[in-house]
Amino acid sequence: MPRLTIDDLKKMRDQTAGALALRAGTARARVTIHMGTCGIAAGAREIMAALLGEIERQGVTDVLVTTSGCAGLCSREPMATVEVLGQAPVKYANLTPEGIQEVFRRHVLGGDVVTVSALASGCETTG
Amino acid sequence: MAYRSHVLVCAGTGCVSCGSYELGAAIEGEIAKRDLAGEVQLVRTGCQGFCAEGPVLIVQPDEVFYCGLKKSDVPTLVEEHLLKGRPVTRLMYTPPAAPAPVPTLSQIPFFAKQKLVVLRNRGLIDPERIEDYIARDGYAALAKALGDMTPEQIIQEIKLSGLRGRGGGGFPAGVKWATCRQAAIHRGVEPIVVCNADEGDPGAFMDRSIIESDPHSVIEGMVIGARAIGAQQGFVYIRHEYPIARERLAKALDQARAFGLLGRGILGTKFDFDISVVQGAGAFVCGESTALMASLEGRVGEPRAKYIHTVEYGYKNLPTNLNNVETWANVPLIINRGAAWFTAMGTGDVSDNPWNGSSGTKVFSLVGKVNNTGLIEVPMGITLREIIFEIGGGIPRGRAFKAVQTGGPSGGCLPAAHLDMPVDFDSLTAAGSMMGSGGMIVMDDQTCMVDVARYFIAFLTEESCGKCIPCREGLRCSLDVLTRITEGKGDEGDIALLEEMGGVMQDACLCALGSSAPNPVISTLRYFRDEYDAHIRDHTCPAGVCKALIHYEIDQAKCDGCHACVTACSTGAITGQVKYPHLLNQDLCIKCGACVDACKREAVLRA
Ligand SMILES: Cc1cc2nc3c(=O)[nH]c(=O)nc-3n(C[C@H](O)[C@H](O)[C@H](O)COP(=O)(O)O)c2cc1C
Ligand code: SF4
Ligand code: SF4
Ligand code: FES
Repeated sequence: MPRLTIDDLKKMRDQTAGALALRAGTARARVTIHMGTCGIAAGAREIMAALLGEIERQGVTDVLVTTSGCAGLCSREPMATVEVLGQAPVKYANLTPEGIQEVFRRHVLGGDVVTVSALASGCETTG
Repeated sequence: MAYRSHVLVCAGTGCVSCGSYELGAAIEGEIAKRDLAGEVQLVRTGCQGFCAEGPVLIVQPDEVFYCGLKKSDVPTLVEEHLLKGRPVTRLMYTPPAAPAPVPTLSQIPFFAKQKLVVLRNRGLIDPERIEDYIARDGYAALAKALGDMTPEQIIQEIKLSGLRGRGGGGFPAGVKWATCRQAAIHRGVEPIVVCNADEGDPGAFMDRSIIESDPHSVIEGMVIGARAIGAQQGFVYIRHEYPIARERLAKALDQARAFGLLGRGILGTKFDFDISVVQGAGAFVCGESTALMASLEGRVGEPRAKYIHTVEYGYKNLPTNLNNVETWANVPLIINRGAAWFTAMGTGDVSDNPWNGSSGTKVFSLVGKVNNTGLIEVPMGITLREIIFEIGGGIPRGRAFKAVQTGGPSGGCLPAAHLDMPVDFDSLTAAGSMMGSGGMIVMDDQTCMVDVARYFIAFLTEESCGKCIPCREGLRCSLDVLTRITEGKGDEGDIALLEEMGGVMQDACLCALGSSAPNPVISTLRYFRDEYDAHIRDHTCPAGVCKALIHYEIDQAKCDGCHACVTACSTGAITGQVKYPHLLNQDLCIKCGACVDACKREAVLRA
């Protein structure tokens, strides 16, 4: 490792801060992939891989990706929920690897809901 | 590929001793088996503060906290939470008296009430990766100090922040730095900076945890201090009994050197500075500044008279600036965020005099009769009640609070009447205790205060270096008197004698070990005088602790002859036929109390 200068240190910080933002819980959006048994059978893990690959390619560091259980609509899996900070969550259904990448580019990064694959806006209330 | 989730497994000393390395390895194995290695990253962090519940881990970004984990829990944890995203309730933490487990950090009162400044990176970064530290703005303060500030400006910022030494004395750090710098310039010699990581207080582990969870914060603080004072050489004096901390510190120093953050031409500037690690053998007195310097030089660790201070003539007679681990770890944040941010936390107004208040936070090790033992960081000025009853979750088994001991062995015990007192340097001192380095021991109504005083005096008697007579003989005599009182052989004049000896020690001892040693006696006399009187006059121990003053007997009306006490007793003191009331033979009884715990009908009485 070469010895750092003040500028190198700043660059290094900017490159690595994203990974730690995940742990510190500072992010602008969260994408949840539904990973129930039904989701996994329908290809949720491939959706996950495609999404993580896209995030890597875009060099985005402040979007969280999590998993959750079955969304309750097994026939429309694989599904994902996108929550952009300050906006209502949107559920997407019947996703393909290309589909989730498009959702990431257009909705998470661009701010437009991808209506063709969107199922519903909002979330069931619990409690 | 970017990871979507991080599993932060605690690798602090507490959790390591409960098997956290094995647990981590099992999780890694399961992650690989489930083909999640590219999605989920396992990170080993320093102490996460909740050592009582170890081994612990946090899953991020979900913020879910798991505790008391076993290897057999791993397959479920990985499949359910990491693969399917369904947090496993049964492995979560249940607060005392709560109906159900609570999942996330922010819902657990133990974590929610804390304010992490020094411990900002705890449980968040891998302490063995300098990259993690840098990603969390690490060494940015050093870049600022070297790039944009003069040494005088650095010192001024530390002065304005009101930062006071976290190692015991509470001396303003900025004032010490300025004195050391002046002394060096005046004499035309190079000053030295030293980090005190001796941490000799029994039961305290604040400094160990800081080094274990974030060693670079201490290193960065020291480099900034060295720059301000004008030093090129530094030492960390750390006790031998801290193997994990020493190892992480050594690794961190190597990484800092490789990255050009230590050594020649730091961060491409003309500033040179390096740090060596020196191991102490674990004598309490070696934490004292002059004894520490002697030990650093390879001499016997004994204090000397301090009419000349070590900031002027310290290590090898050079001006030497000694600060505690936690003091150093505060420095980068103050430089980064400014003195005003720091003074917004705490009590008093330190704007023109750092002695006028206590700014920032303090790390405490919270131990004793409290539900949530562990390592906590709280803003100065928080009340004892908030610490003990909210963060600490109160006293176990519904017992009553009796006292809290702060300030280490030579601190004091404060009673319930002081629970609403703010915790800061001056309030604690005024109440007859002290901040010390941050030990906090909670005691319940089954604690005998005379016995507590005796315990600390016994510790100090062992640790006195013996160089000066008031300490050596004063402690030995105090211990004799206290032992006699706990044995029921105390005299009316004993309390006056203890007070007189305490006064002489306060005035005449060479170092603060001796001059502060009477504190445990003086504070318990001040608040729990009636307990001393009960021992001396009535030959009773109200808390039922002092063995010579209690005996056990079986209430014949309550005993149903279940035989549980007979099984529990190791000396055969209890006899009786099943289903008939039992008898306890005083001659054989060693007063261990095992029968009391064994009896479900509360038929064994302690009197
Ligand atoms: C008997 C004795 C033991 C001490 N042990 C420690 C210790 O373990 N760690 C520590 O930082 N300071 C300890 N101190 C306080 C140091 O002498 C010194 O005041 C302190 O390290 C200065 O740093 P600070 O101003 O940053 O607190 C001890 C003092 C005495 C009298
Ligand atoms: S006060 Fe005690 S520890 Fe300090 S120099 Fe005297 S004998 Fe040694
Ligand atoms: S106190 Fe201990 S030794 Fe005495 S009777 Fe009970 S169990 Fe036996
Ligand atoms: S060592 Fe794991 S929480 Fe303290």
